Amino acid sequence: MRRVWSRGVAVEQEQSRQTGSGAALTATGVTRRYGAGDTTVTALDDVSVEIERDRLTAVMGPSGSGKSTLMHILAGLDTPTEGSVKIDGIEITTLSDNELTKLRRDHIGFVFQFFNLLPMLTAEENMLLPLSIAGREPDRDWMNTVIDETGLRDRLSHRPSELSGGQQQRVAVARALLSRPTVLFADEPTGNLDSAASEEVLKLLRRAVDTAGQTVVMVTHDAHAAAIADRILFLSDGRIVRDLPAASEDQIIEAMKTLGA
Amino acid sequence: MLKVAVKGLASRRLRAVLTALAIVLGVALVAGTYVLTDSLHSDLGSVYQTIYKNTAASITGRNAIDKSANAANGGSVPSFSQSLLARVRRLPGVSEAAGGVSGTAQLVLGGKTVSFGSSPTLGYSVDPSAPQLSSLKLISGHWPGATELVVDTHTASKKHLKVGQLIGVQADGPALHLKISGIVKFGSASSLGGTTLTGFTLATAQRLFAKPGQLDSINVAAKSGTSPQQLVDEIKPILPRDAQVRTGAQQAQTDTNSLDSSLGFLNTLLLAFAGIALFVGAFVIANSLSITIAQRTREFATLRTLGASRRQVLRSVLAESLIVGVLASIVGLVVGIFLAKGLFALFNAVGLSLPNGGTVLKSRTIIVSLVVGIVVTMLASLRPALRATRVEPIAAVREGATLPPGRFARFRTAGSTVVIVLGFLAIVLGLFVAHGTGPVLGLMGAGAILVFIGLSMLSARFVPGMALWIGWPATVVAGTMGRLARDNAMRNPQRTASTASALMIGLALVTLVSIMAAGIISNFKGAVNAQFGGDYAIVAQNNFSPIPISAGAAAARAPGVIAVGDVRGGEDKVFGSTDNLTGVNAGVAQTITSNWVHGSQRTFATLGSSGAIVDKSFAKKHHLSIGSPVTILTPTGGRATFHIDGIFNPPNGNSAFGSVTISATRFDQLYPQPQNIFSIVKMRGGQTPANRAALRRALAGFPGAKVQTRQQFINGQISGLSSVLNILYVLLGLSIIISLFGIVNTLVLSVFERTREIGMLRAVGTSRRQIRRMIRQESVITALIGSVLGIVLGIAFGALLAARVSQISFTLPVGRLIVFLIASWIVGLLAAIFPARRASKLSPLEALAYE
Repeated sequence: MRRVWSRGVAVEQEQSRQTGSGAALTATGVTRRYGAGDTTVTALDDVSVEIERDRLTAVMGPSGSGKSTLMHILAGLDTPTEGSVKIDGIEITTLSDNELTKLRRDHIGFVFQFFNLLPMLTAEENMLLPLSIAGREPDRDWMNTVIDETGLRDRLSHRPSELSGGQQQRVAVARALLSRPTVLFADEPTGNLDSAASEEVLKLLRRAVDTAGQTVVMVTHDAHAAAIADRILFLSDGRIVRDLPAASEDQIIEAMKTLGA
Repeated sequence: MLKVAVKGLASRRLRAVLTALAIVLGVALVAGTYVLTDSLHSDLGSVYQTIYKNTAASITGRNAIDKSANAANGGSVPSFSQSLLARVRRLPGVSEAAGGVSGTAQLVLGGKTVSFGSSPTLGYSVDPSAPQLSSLKLISGHWPGATELVVDTHTASKKHLKVGQLIGVQADGPALHLKISGIVKFGSASSLGGTTLTGFTLATAQRLFAKPGQLDSINVAAKSGTSPQQLVDEIKPILPRDAQVRTGAQQAQTDTNSLDSSLGFLNTLLLAFAGIALFVGAFVIANSLSITIAQRTREFATLRTLGASRRQVLRSVLAESLIVGVLASIVGLVVGIFLAKGLFALFNAVGLSLPNGGTVLKSRTIIVSLVVGIVVTMLASLRPALRATRVEPIAAVREGATLPPGRFARFRTAGSTVVIVLGFLAIVLGLFVAHGTGPVLGLMGAGAILVFIGLSMLSARFVPGMALWIGWPATVVAGTMGRLARDNAMRNPQRTASTASALMIGLALVTLVSIMAAGIISNFKGAVNAQFGGDYAIVAQNNFSPIPISAGAAAARAPGVIAVGDVRGGEDKVFGSTDNLTGVNAGVAQTITSNWVHGSQRTFATLGSSGAIVDKSFAKKHHLSIGSPVTILTPTGGRATFHIDGIFNPPNGNSAFGSVTISATRFDQLYPQPQNIFSIVKMRGGQTPANRAALRRALAGFPGAKVQTRQQFINGQISGLSSVLNILYVLLGLSIIISLFGIVNTLVLSVFERTREIGMLRAVGTSRRQIRRMIRQESVITALIGSVLGIVLGIAFGALLAARVSQISFTLPVGRLIVFLIASWIVGLLAAIFPARRASKLSPLEALAYE
């Protein structure tokens, strides 16, 4: 199994070589304002950032700092008022709805705070849902690898209601990994989990980066979660105020304090 | 994606079933209608084929006015001279020919006429020498002799009649007493409903039906080697002007066709109600689906983030509807077969017996039911499905995301107002401008649909206000729970409005029907009171059949009678259209009061052989004044010209007479079998028990006739209307049941949505009873909003109709409307039972843990 997992890495690396760029995602001068006139709120203020391939980038910040808005814009869920976002070289801010749909199938994976599994489907069906939506056949070897990594082989025919929170989130991670997206966005993936379950999910994400070369962007306010990242962006009042390389939980808490959060 | 749709549906089974019920009932009514009319058709249709099996050619009278008139559909066909029979028998191709007369003949048992509801009582002559040419088939006994008759098996068994028994028979002359010689059935019919059949010798029948020397038909068998067509060609040259000939097959077809047209009407009527039920069903489905889709916002958004396109979301929702539509239609079809039996029972219960043979399920019934059910479901789900596609992917990451408003939401008020105005415009156009049944009904139907749709969209605006005052009693009775119920009804006005709208449709139509009925009845009462100038009326036992003119003559001989006003009636053609002609005797001058424009009561007595009376609107339409000539054509081809002697103004268009009235003497010359529609009697001393008894004694020989006071006469004449009214109420009741399911559906979905909230209420000390009460009050408020809207709309429709139709004077049936409100309140209570139980069963813990 180990060998197959590595094969996944080979494929990913090959893809990145083809595009010939170190950055999976580039945001330039992104500004997002809500409302109009006097009630205008600037959620993001001229943010520029590059997300490197094969790395786990954490985005941190207090509530209202704009971290969620940034993720929504990077993932094409929201459109910036100004600025440009490129995924794999594709400008996404001007895409039509159909083009965005195709972008999501080919380049984007999501992991949500509340898992967002479909309750009527089994764990396996949930994992395969994006592929079946896109009308694609899963790569069986890759699927086996992912299932083994999640440790859910004996839970595949269970429905979400029969799984623990941690198990549900691992199904969600597997769902995002199966299509090998250019970027996997995780929105507070541990926000709804106890510490043991959080640990398992974080390990899974980390291993996806290390062994399969998956690019991950994770929004979190949990310093423990951010500690697994290769790079930590701190947002405050809609701006990136610090850009740390991998750091320990204590260092992160320290950095948060200086932001006044 | 299809798997998501199927599995999603399976996981929301209860909601799907509740939604589907609306379609099941509508489809059931469609299927039931077809099964009913097909069953009737196959039973009666086959009858005619067997009747004419041995008849190569059939000679009948020819209605000079209406070529398609046929005895089989109750049309009047004149008789022709019996002398034709001998001439036909002499033709070379004829092996046998049987002449016959037929008519309405009532059996009289112990002084009472035998009938089943208002079913026909038919009498035929039988030629015992050629029984194979008769409509009747002998089962036991023998064919009748000169003083005998045969009766049908259904009547014989119901009334315990035995061969050899004496029984009275009355038709167009005095009653005869005959001995039952045998039991018969009609062709191959298993049953003709409550129809009573009797058979006599030709001579007896001619006496009974007052057709001496006359025949209604000659059935002819051909010699071998002569084809039916050759036989027809042989007969044609010797036919008199008032007779026609068809081959047996053609005659069977003609009879079947007339049957088809009456069944066609029944079919159309029932399908119209099925259409209403489906329309209401569509509202219920659209509403339930809208709620379900709003609750699934997060799910659609998640699918979109996982790469589903808008089209895929649309397809997935439509696929669900398709499955629901298909399953509901299949179930509806099955229910419809049982419903057909129920409809038979319904018509029987209100006295309109129908023959009930086997159940016939044609492939057309299956196809139409399925297609209609599926198409209606799909159409109803189109808007909710489109709204589902408008869910933005970002809703997947937002807690409490709601469905975005539709693209045209901001035009809702203006748009729905325009739709309502257009709807009323179409109704007004249909009522006041359009001509012909098709365009009038089409415009009115389309208008009503537009008004309903428009009002259901607009009513969201009035819902908060209406809930405030309709919900006020709830706050008094149920306190805090009542206030919560009212707030719940108000917090999603569109949802409450849509739910209430389904009930609104049913109530608007029920109100319209009751206003129409009240208007017709009050108008009719007024008209009778204004014109009834006597003390008693003589009418048929069933209130509408014609009565022998000798009955009027017999009444005139009763002691104490001052005058008997006889009104004869018959079909005629005048100024190019078929109409009713009436004949009056001199007694009418003293017994029927008219409001004269020209002439006086004396005019009735002085019409002579060329005078005529017309009503004001007829005179105006054809530019007639005193002395103007009017030419009429009778069914036997007689043509006569009259001069206007009088013009009267009937109250509210409800005349006691036809468009043209002539003297009874002249009428009897023009119509071979004249009959009275009714007679009005004026007596010395007015209405007294003695006078009534005297009249009854005088009419002892006419068991088919009865004596009525003015009030009894009014009640008798409108009793037919009540039967029709009751059928309409039952059929509309189905739409109201469907809207009840709509309320159940909305409440179940709302309870589901408010699980947390209900849990919180429980956690802070609300009892199960209080929760039930809250849901119940919300249900009642919703139902009452719907019924108030519906009643107001129904009154508006009724006022429009009354403004157009002079026979309807606008009358508010206040008592009925109160009954409707109470019924709606009960609908609300019933609808709440199940959702309230579900809500009260939620445990506080469970409710709070729910995500």
